[in-house]
Amino acid sequence: MDPVIQLLYLVAGVLFILALMWMSHPSTSRRGVMAGQIGMLLAIVGTLLIANVVNYELIFVALLVGSAIGAPLALLMPMTAIPQRTALSHAFGALAIGLIGTVEYYKIAQLAPYGLSFAMIALIAEMLLGFLTFTASLFAFAKLQELVTGRPIILPGQQWMNLALFIGAIGTGVALVLHPEQTVLFPIFVAIALAFGLALVAPIGGADMPTVIALLNSYAGLAASAMGFALDNKLLIVTGALDGASGFVLAVIMCRAMNRSFANVLFGGFGQVQHVGGPGEQRPVHSASPEEAASILESASSVVIVPGYGMAVSQAQHRVNDLFQQLTKRGVDVKFAIHPVAGRMPGHMNVLLAEADIPYDCLAEMEDINGELPQTDVALVIGANDVVNPSARDDPKSSIGGMPIIEVDRARTVMVVKRSMNPGFAGIDNELYYLPKTQMLFGDAKEFIGALAKEIAALNA
Amino acid sequence: MPNAAPSGFDLSNLFVFILAGFLGFQLIKRVSPLLHSPLMSLTNAIAAVAVVGALIITGERGATPLAVTLGFIAVVAATINLVSGFMITDRMLKMFKRREKKP
Repeated sequence: MDPVIQLLYLVAGVLFILALMWMSHPSTSRRGVMAGQIGMLLAIVGTLLIANVVNYELIFVALLVGSAIGAPLALLMPMTAIPQRTALSHAFGALAIGLIGTVEYYKIAQLAPYGLSFAMIALIAEMLLGFLTFTASLFAFAKLQELVTGRPIILPGQQWMNLALFIGAIGTGVALVLHPEQTVLFPIFVAIALAFGLALVAPIGGADMPTVIALLNSYAGLAASAMGFALDNKLLIVTGALDGASGFVLAVIMCRAMNRSFANVLFGGFGQVQHVGGPGEQRPVHSASPEEAASILESASSVVIVPGYGMAVSQAQHRVNDLFQQLTKRGVDVKFAIHPVAGRMPGHMNVLLAEADIPYDCLAEMEDINGELPQTDVALVIGANDVVNPSARDDPKSSIGGMPIIEVDRARTVMVVKRSMNPGFAGIDNELYYLPKTQMLFGDAKEFIGALAKEIAALNA
Repeated sequence: MPNAAPSGFDLSNLFVFILAGFLGFQLIKRVSPLLHSPLMSLTNAIAAVAVVGALIITGERGATPLAVTLGFIAVVAATINLVSGFMITDRMLKMFKRREKKP
């Protein structure tokens, strides 16, 4: 390959690395996006300079169509839909990689027969990862968008079916590596890879989506790397490896934050069974109106707010900011405690709170806030459940036993905004709601927090 | 020219892959959890560099109709990702603000 093109690719790779480096902090992160964009431009320009690439018209049409779809997608996407968008973009990326692999495969098939080739091994790995990530991401998107149930879907004999699909994919894959000219095997291989992706995501529930999205991110990266091996392109190898590592690190962080293993997340069918207590065992809880809750909050000097997926569902983040502003005006020290797995993707809550103009230095991570909670007057839980369930800490037999939680039960007063007494995703009861110091604020989060903010505003006036 | 003939195994590619993987681990571990969502959309946009492979198969001299068709779809899909990925990352990052300093 032309050294100029190689050099452009090298600079692009360096810019991608710088982009990730600058992402470490909000003050430099936008520079990171800029670096990434310039890197991408150089990579595309370099590719267009390849002597054998001649059909510019078609390429420009494709680039234009992609931009015309991509730009409105980015501008109009509501922040609450970020997890869905991410899943969908993993699907697009994986599809592109799978299709490129398909074309490369047919090129090789024409040249066959010849001996074992490394390019073919890399191609098979690329297509397996690409096609399974494509359907898995589409399925994850459908679950997040609630086109299908967010609960795990477990069919009888599912483990055996997965095993059969796995063996089938590897079997046809190996056969194609040995005999690329057997093109009849190729559609079978692709079909198995596509089915495998669906089978992998079916048993995974909505609340485990942060881990799954991170893992799919990793697969898409590895597929790009495999493509780099097949095409002998180091830029693709480097970028794929960075992406693969990124998704993997995030998935590990998510698993640790739930005290669960990869195997448990992927195959555990977590949240499958709803333990619905009999009607006889309803226990009394204290509930409060917005007025009562406001009178507790206005006399507090420190408040910790714990947001969860419920805040995203009811789009309550702007009302939460109203409450934050009013409390801050009164001199109340307000902090937000973010559990790593709150929401449907890593960092979901941070983005929503940022969207509502809440400054990020008011946001605290779980480890940092737990030490402060015993001195906190009011812990206000908004649409979070399992991540504040004390039984994770106290009851090793609980299905969420050992999962690190935000210890709101140590605060002097606890308030929980919740629509009903229904259990959270783990399907277990939450002792927190029955504590004498807990006030249940029943209602839609957006309406209730809005009413609460109005009450405090009236006191401030 | 990529894949005109099946390429053999180039050890330097594996070398590059492993080093880039280690670098990735170190870089991502340093990213504040605050920015995990934009991080994911940024890596997603960057991974759309797969567009390089798609451009080659679409624009190649003597590309078959199958290659042109699938390649075209691949370029569109990857371009959607890179354009929307970079734009939405920037849109998210613009929202992260510090508290205004009190006078």
